[in-house]
Amino acid sequence: MSATSGFGLSGVSFDYGTTPALVDLDLCLPPGKFYGIVGPNGCGKTTFLDMLTGSKSPDRGSVTFMDRPVAEYRRRDLARLVALVPQDFGIDFAYTVQEVVLMGRHPYIGRFASPGAEDWRQVDAAMAAIGISHFKDRFVNELSGGEKQRVVVARALAQQTQFLLFDEATSSLDVQYTMQIFNVARNLVRGEGRTVIAVIHNLNLAAAYCDEIIFMQAGKVVACGPSDSVLESSMIKKVFGVESRVEVDDFSKTKQISFRYWS
Amino acid sequence: MRHSGYQIWLLTLSLAAATLGAIVYATGMGHIAVPASEIIRVIAARVTSNPALLAGIDPVFPFVVFDVRLPRILTSTLVGGGLAMSGVIYQGILLNPLADPYTLGVSSGAAFGAALALLANLTMMGHFSVPLFAFGGAALTLLVVLYLSSFNGQISANTLILSGVIVGAILAAGISFLKYLADEQVAVIIFWLMGSFASRTWLDVTVVAMAVVFGLGLSFFYARDLNILSLGSRSADTLGVESGRVRWILLLGASLVTAVCVSVSGIIGFIGLIVPHLMRFLVGPDNRKLLPVSILAGALLLLVADTVTRAVLPVEVPIGVLTALIGGPFFCVIFRKRQRRVA
Repeated sequence: MSATSGFGLSGVSFDYGTTPALVDLDLCLPPGKFYGIVGPNGCGKTTFLDMLTGSKSPDRGSVTFMDRPVAEYRRRDLARLVALVPQDFGIDFAYTVQEVVLMGRHPYIGRFASPGAEDWRQVDAAMAAIGISHFKDRFVNELSGGEKQRVVVARALAQQTQFLLFDEATSSLDVQYTMQIFNVARNLVRGEGRTVIAVIHNLNLAAAYCDEIIFMQAGKVVACGPSDSVLESSMIKKVFGVESRVEVDDFSKTKQISFRYWS
Repeated sequence: MRHSGYQIWLLTLSLAAATLGAIVYATGMGHIAVPASEIIRVIAARVTSNPALLAGIDPVFPFVVFDVRLPRILTSTLVGGGLAMSGVIYQGILLNPLADPYTLGVSSGAAFGAALALLANLTMMGHFSVPLFAFGGAALTLLVVLYLSSFNGQISANTLILSGVIVGAILAAGISFLKYLADEQVAVIIFWLMGSFASRTWLDVTVVAMAVVFGLGLSFFYARDLNILSLGSRSADTLGVESGRVRWILLLGASLVTAVCVSVSGIIGFIGLIVPHLMRFLVGPDNRKLLPVSILAGALLLLVADTVTRAVLPVEVPIGVLTALIGGPFFCVIFRKRQRRVA
């Protein structure tokens, strides 16, 4: 995979009716890194991910993946390369946890075929990695929000894609499970050279795990670069409008941000 | 309560056998009782064109069995299967266990279209005029209901049913207006709207069978995609399903099946709601297992209900009234359970 064969966005704009969600976005995301997308609510982060998965097409500009326009991919082919862990997971039907994780193998199973040994192996491995094997026979519509979120992460892992997109995938999880999932993601990047692009609200989490951080505001990228250089209190003030102090923490050995909560 | 793979096979086969048995048994029931063995001989004689098989049989039996009862029985069986199939599809795509052709207003739309064709005496496409107009009405109603209940591409479950009720009410007024215009034809229309399988012909059987077979092929082809769609369209897109295209194909397919069913039988409510719901409880939500058992159970249920009104009750109650009387309270129970869970 060449350095340019990840995602490339050129002049991408997208509007919801008359409300612009993305404005003239230019960005290049080479593979093999852990990217964090941060920015205030409603700044276009989710729409940005939808551009990458092809769920939405840009009104203007182009999105390419591996040097080919995303729109030219068959959905099934793209689903073998890019997986998404969505923010919300509402399901009214009583599928078991294992059945939902198996849905991650959909792009690999023929229309009238049954799952093969490799499919079951990937499903078991994904459930073990996220630590949900012990409740694989429970119904997903009876799980807590956090448990559901872990099931969805396992489903995306079972998809065995080079690129993994997380849309606030750990918003319902406690610190233990959040770290578990981010560690799994980090190991995929470090150990297997895969790419993770994660929308993250927790800036300390972004600082700890991401190689590069993309700051978004009002549908635009305001900064993009290695965490060490872009994660500064001036940038946090500019994007979120809050006072903070950024310093390398002795205990975690990463940059960490402290906020002034009241004055 | 969910059964294993082997038990689901057994359930499917048992339902198929029960439906076939019920067809033969129901054919024998009525003012003139016909023994099962003679029913089979009459059918065999017709199918093989061998009049020798009719030797010793009451000469009125072939007429009663083949020309009067079987068309009605097969139509009700096919309509039951078709409505249950539409229910599974609507519920799967709209992610809503309360959706069915009746609660979405699609049946009313089909009835309005069909009534319009009947009153205007539109016969330019022969026997297909009424089903085609019914499909037009059903598809338009579905579009309006989806438009009313969607906001920013999201469809809210309860708003969907509310929109179905509103549009259904408007269409009911429209149908009343058509009845007002119908003058002396009004009795026929009223009885037809209440839902009835009386005086069905082999042509009706053929038309419904064509629609049901078409729907069957379509729904089995997309059954696995339908499973993935239950995760929501955003997830389905990234799992390799062309969610927009598949959703429209299946919605229009289900509406076509509903429309054809309504055009031959009038409005028969709640079969598409009760049957998939009960069967999902037994076999789980996987549409590859749910579709066959729902279709068979829908067929069996409507056949039994129609036979009860035809041959058991002292007066023939319109089948649509009977299913609404049973299905209405069932809907209330599901609705209440769902509200409690959301709260």
